Amino acid sequence: MTLDIKERSWTTGSDGTPVEELVVNVGPSHPSTHGVCRVIAHVDGEVVTKAEPVIGYLHRGIEKIVENRTYLQIVPITDRLDYVGSMYANWAYCRSVERLAGIRVPERAEYLRVITCELQRIASHMMSLGSTGADTGAATMFIYAFDVRERIVELFEELCGSRLTYNYVRPGGVSMDVPEGWFDDILSWTDAARNSISQMDRLFFGNFIARGRLKGIGVLSAKDAVGWGASGPVARGSGVNWDLRKHDTYSVYPRFDFDVPVGSNGDAYDRARCRLFECYESLRIVEQAIEQIEPGPFKADGIPRLLAPRPGDAYDHIESARGSLGIYLVSDGSPRPYRMKVRSPAFCNLALLPLLAEGHTLSDLVIVLGSLDPVFGEVDR
Amino acid sequence: MNINELREHLCGQYPDLCPLFSIEFGDGVLVVGCDKLHAAASDLKDLGFDRLGMLTAVDRDETFEMVYRLTSRSMSAGIFLKCHVPRENPITHSLNSLWPAANWQEREVYDLFGIVFKGHPDLRRILLPPEWVGHPLRKDYEDDRMVRRPDYI
Amino acid sequence: MTGFVGGAVYGLAGGLVIAVAALFGVWWERKVSARIQMRLGPTEIGPAGLFQTLADTIKLVLKEDITPRQVDRPLFRMAPLLVFTPIAMSLVVIPFAGGWVPLNTSVGMLFFVAVPSVSVIGVLLAGFSSGNTYATLGGLRGAAQMISYELPRTLSVLAMALLAGSLAPLEVMNRYEWWWTPATFIALIVYFISSIAELNRGPFDIPEAESELVAGYFADYSGIRWAIFMMSEYGGLVAASFFGAAIFMGGAQGLPGVFGVLLIFAKALVLITLMMLVKWTFPRFRSDQLLTLAWKVLTPMALVQLVIVGVILPWL
Repeated sequence: MTLDIKERSWTTGSDGTPVEELVVNVGPSHPSTHGVCRVIAHVDGEVVTKAEPVIGYLHRGIEKIVENRTYLQIVPITDRLDYVGSMYANWAYCRSVERLAGIRVPERAEYLRVITCELQRIASHMMSLGSTGADTGAATMFIYAFDVRERIVELFEELCGSRLTYNYVRPGGVSMDVPEGWFDDILSWTDAARNSISQMDRLFFGNFIARGRLKGIGVLSAKDAVGWGASGPVARGSGVNWDLRKHDTYSVYPRFDFDVPVGSNGDAYDRARCRLFECYESLRIVEQAIEQIEPGPFKADGIPRLLAPRPGDAYDHIESARGSLGIYLVSDGSPRPYRMKVRSPAFCNLALLPLLAEGHTLSDLVIVLGSLDPVFGEVDR
Repeated sequence: MNINELREHLCGQYPDLCPLFSIEFGDGVLVVGCDKLHAAASDLKDLGFDRLGMLTAVDRDETFEMVYRLTSRSMSAGIFLKCHVPRENPITHSLNSLWPAANWQEREVYDLFGIVFKGHPDLRRILLPPEWVGHPLRKDYEDDRMVRRPDYI
Repeated sequence: MTGFVGGAVYGLAGGLVIAVAALFGVWWERKVSARIQMRLGPTEIGPAGLFQTLADTIKLVLKEDITPRQVDRPLFRMAPLLVFTPIAMSLVVIPFAGGWVPLNTSVGMLFFVAVPSVSVIGVLLAGFSSGNTYATLGGLRGAAQMISYELPRTLSVLAMALLAGSLAPLEVMNRYEWWWTPATFIALIVYFISSIAELNRGPFDIPEAESELVAGYFADYSGIRWAIFMMSEYGGLVAASFFGAAIFMGGAQGLPGVFGVLLIFAKALVLITLMMLVKWTFPRFRSDQLLTLAWKVLTPMALVQLVIVGVILPWL
C-alpha cells in the first residue's frame, strides 16, 4: 500500500475562497488507532472535513487459510480474529459447526461457555473503557481498567492455560472442565470487580472534563445505526435495543435475569456508558450461571477428530463484546470447510467512522474511533 | 418468530416470492435471480428485515453465489437471500441504496472475489493493497507465495 | 564576582539547579503517579529509585543526536534552547530565602510573567521546523494556548503586586500577612491553573497530546534535545511552584535562614504535588474547551480578584 499522500491540497472554503487544507495521516502506527488502522484526515485548522479509514494492515487471509484446514484445526485460528475477546470467535465458529454437523452440546458445556464469554465481555469492555481513558489523556483510567482485566485473564489462565488465545470452546463442548475451586474464585472476586468498576465510573465519568470530551461527540442516529449494520454497544448507545442474548436468544441465556443497557443520545459518552453497565450485567449473569450449573459431561460424546458435515451452509451469530459476530460456513462434505465468512461486528462498526468523525476536531477523531471499539484482528481478518 | 410462521408471513405478503423459499439447517433461504435481487431485498426490507447482517460470496465453479443475510428486529428472525452471478463477467446490483451497511461489505467482496457491484458509490479494494493482482478467495487463485496443502491432511 | 566569570558561575549554578530540579521532579512525578495507579514506580536504582532519573539522563545524553532529513536544520536544532533559556532565566527572580533572591530587581514580578512566555517562540519553531503534520499542529496549539494563558496569569500576579504595593518578589514576600491567602485565594487558583496550562502539562497537554499528536511539537526530537524539552517542562514546574509559594503563600517569610528555605521548599512541594495529582487524575481538555476556560472563566475570575483587592486596599 503506497504511503505517499499529498500533505497539502487546495479546496474551496465556505465563502468561496481557496483554502489550503492539511492532510494528517493518522496511523497505521499511532498510539490511539487501537492497532494498525490508518485514518487519512483532511483538516481545516483543527476541524476534520473528511476522514477516510484505510484498513487491511493486519489482513492475514484467515478466510482463505481455513479452506485448507480441518474443522478442528480452525478453532485456534478463530482465536486470532478478535484477540481482545477470543472466546467469542471460538463460540460463534463452534455454533456454526454444530449447526452444520448436527451436534448437540451438553448443558454443562453451554453454561461454561456462557460463564467464560461473560467474563470475556468484561475483559474486553475493560480494554475499551481503558483506552477511552487513554485517548482522552486519563492514563490512570487505563491502569484501573487493566487491573480488572488482569484478574479475568488470570482466571482464564487457570482454566485453559492461555491468557489471550484460549482455544477453549470446541465443537461439541469445551476443551476441559474447570479446575477445582475456580467457581469460588470467581464468586469471591465479583464484589471486588463491582467496586473497581464503580470506582472507574466515578474516576472517569464523574469528571467534568471527561463528560465534556465525550458528550455530543460522534452522534449516531438510531436510523443510521440500523442501516449501517451497527451492532453491540455502538447500536445500543443510539437507542437501538438489540442484543442477541435477549432478542434472538441462544444457548442458555433465556434462563438468566439480566438487563440490556440502552443509551439515548448515540454519542461517544452513551456508547462508553453502555459498555460500563454491561459489565455489571455480565457479572450478574456469571453469578446466576455458577448458581445454576450442574455436574455433567463438558463435551458431547462421539465427535470424530475429522468432522465432515454433510454439504450445505449454516450461519450462526452470537453477541460478542463488539456486536453480533456471525460465522457463515459452507461445507461440501469434505473434512475441510468449502468457505468460511466471518461477519465481523468491528468491521461494520468501523465503516461508520467517516460519518461520525466529520465536523469534529482532530482530538475528537481519536475518541470517535475509540468509541467504535475496533479490534483490527477482526476488522482485517 | 419461528421458521414456519415466517414462511406464512412471507407468502401472505409477497406470493411471488413464496415458491422461491426453502428451509435449510433451520434457516429460511430465498433464491432469486440476480436481476430481481434488488427488488426482492426491497420487498424483504418492507416486510420487516431492517438489517443487512452479512453479505458475502461463495465460489461455485460456474457461478458465484451471492449470500445476503437479513435479520429482523421486530420478528427476531433471519433469512438468507441468494443469487448466482456468472463467473464470466460477474456484475450484480449494489444494495447500498437500501442498506449503507453494504458499502464496505461489497467492497470486500469486490476485493476478494472480483464481483462488480453496479451503483456502488466507491468500489475500491479494501483489505488488499490497490496494486494487488487477482482475487484471492476465488478457488482458482494462484500466487507464488501460496503454501500448498500437503496431501496427508 | 563580576563580569564574564560571574556570569558564567551564575549560569552554571542556574543550570545545575534546573538539572537537579528536573531530576527530582521526574522522580517525584513517577512516584506520585505510581501511587495513584497502584504501582511502585522506580525502585531499583538508588534509595527508592532516586537515581533512576539520573540513569535515564545519562542514557539520553549518550544517545545519538538525530536530526531528521526533512527538518529545517538550524531552526530545529535551536528550538529546544529557545524553550529552555527563558524558563531558566525566570528562576533568577524567585526569592528562595527570607532575605535573599538571586537577582533583586524592582520589576521581578513583571520579569517572571514576561520572560517565560518567550518560549512560545521555541514551541512554534519546533513545530514548524519539524516539517511533519503532528508537530505543526502541536506547535500551533501550543502557541494559542500559551498566549491565551498569559493574560489570567499576569492578572493574578498583578493582584498580589497591588496588595503589596511592590513589583519586587522579595518585597511582596516580606510584606506577606496571613490573611492575604484567604483574600487572594481566587488569584492563587487562577495562577495555579494557568501555570499548568503555560507549562503544557496535563490536563492541558494539548500541544503534545500523546493519543492525538503522538508527541506534538517535539515528535521528531530525541536524545539530548528531547531531554532539554523535558527539563524545561520540569524547570518551569519548579519555577512556577516556587514563585507561587513565594508570592501567594508567604514563601520563606517568618522563619530565619535555612528554616525559611525549608519552609518555601515545603510550600513549593505542595504545589508541585498538586499539579501532579491533577495531571494523573484528569483527562485532557480539547483545544476549544481550553480557550473557553481561559477567556470565559479564568480571566473574569482574575478580574474579580483585582476588584476585591481594590476594595480591600483603602482599608489597610
